[in-house]
Amino acid sequence: MIPAHGGRLINRIASGNQRDTLLAIAEKAPRLKLNARELSDLEMIGTGAMSPLEGFMGSVDLSSVTTSSRLANGVVWPMPVTLSNKGLDVAEGTDVALEDEAGNLIGLLHLRETYSFDKDVEAQGCLGTTDEAHPGVQYLKSIGDQYLAGPVWVLNMPKYDFANDHRLTPRETRVLFKAKGWKTTVAFQTRNPIHRAHEYLTKCALEIVDGLLVHPLVGETKSDDTPAKVRMDCYTTLLSKYYPSDRVALAVYPQAMRYAGPREALFHALIRKNYGCTHFIVGRDHAGVGSYYGTYDAQEFVNSFPAHEIGIKPLMFEHSFWDKVAGAMASNKTAAATSPEDKVFLSGTKVREMLSNGVRPPIEFTRPEVADILIDSMAKKATV
Amino acid sequence: MPMREPKVTVKIPRPLYERIQQVIEDSGFSSPTDFIVFVLRDLVGDAALQKTDPAQDVSHSFTNEEIADIRRKLQNLGYL
Repeated sequence: MIPAHGGRLINRIASGNQRDTLLAIAEKAPRLKLNARELSDLEMIGTGAMSPLEGFMGSVDLSSVTTSSRLANGVVWPMPVTLSNKGLDVAEGTDVALEDEAGNLIGLLHLRETYSFDKDVEAQGCLGTTDEAHPGVQYLKSIGDQYLAGPVWVLNMPKYDFANDHRLTPRETRVLFKAKGWKTTVAFQTRNPIHRAHEYLTKCALEIVDGLLVHPLVGETKSDDTPAKVRMDCYTTLLSKYYPSDRVALAVYPQAMRYAGPREALFHALIRKNYGCTHFIVGRDHAGVGSYYGTYDAQEFVNSFPAHEIGIKPLMFEHSFWDKVAGAMASNKTAAATSPEDKVFLSGTKVREMLSNGVRPPIEFTRPEVADILIDSMAKKATV
Repeated sequence: MPMREPKVTVKIPRPLYERIQQVIEDSGFSSPTDFIVFVLRDLVGDAALQKTDPAQDVSHSFTNEEIADIRRKLQNLGYL
């Protein structure tokens, strides 16, 4: 099976006697509340999804990641994974208990470094902009001026009120793929409902590998993205009716969106390698937002790294649509249609408008079962 | 100050060295040595992984008991 990024699948989930000892330390330790992004990052460090990270990044790694998309040891790593200080004033070497927003104990940080950072440098380097309309920049502006760094342990897994039947750690997906006999598995990252275009490219990918992991991001997203709970209904309905059940698995991906476009596309790919996937779909405007990134910037960025350093194989797809001439899904690489009116594609704005009016988009754009779930959810939202 | 890793010299055929120089051009590796160290670490890491892992292709840190537990969970959730 494909090795984890950095060569070793990290496990920072405490168990047995070790957990008992750490719980006793946490009980007396100063406490720090994590925001939603930090909480999901902690969980993912713990499960090994963020291998080779064993904790929140220090200043040397942050600087290296920001300037060169690599950890200080040279391993490719394009995104900061950091913990913001929230008024804690403790010496380096202190153990800090990490809790969720409700005050539940989740983990323990062994504080190695407290450091100030330059928000504009991080934003420009990692997001490519300092524009405050960018959600990633907004996040940076919303947190304090210091990061805390050091190795962590997860003592209690975070609790969720949805998709608890679909939460698999990298260890679990690796055993799953092995049990299924999948030597090659492609991961599909999404933060949207799956319409026909994405169904098409996942099936194109499935033609060349053994299995498909539909791995929707369910961590924090923008408020105008479709809620994860609603999306999960869409995915389960779509997969049960339109995909081969023995070659597809659905599991959620706990990460919070950074909307960092090219860098986040690579980040998503490396993490899916840790889940045991051998291939990863990089779509058009992957992890993009607004018009900050070009349509194929993410694909070009991923391709700019040597294949052996990334390990997982990126599968690049162009924009796809229903081709009226051929009567099939296609992309510009495969379409018979040449005129725009022969290509069925709807903008996100148009789709939202149709759904909010209770109108199903054309069947060539989305499956009716998916449309009905989205219409229903919008109707409920409107009545709240 | 962290101590630097001790180094040794390994001899390889010059044509191979020159071929590596060509291969790493614009690849992000700063020298053939960096490339060779990376590849060897990868290979040695894989070999160690296969030696220590009873399931070989799952993970070096999985025990049979852990794999059985995970399989049970996957069955309960309907994945298997």
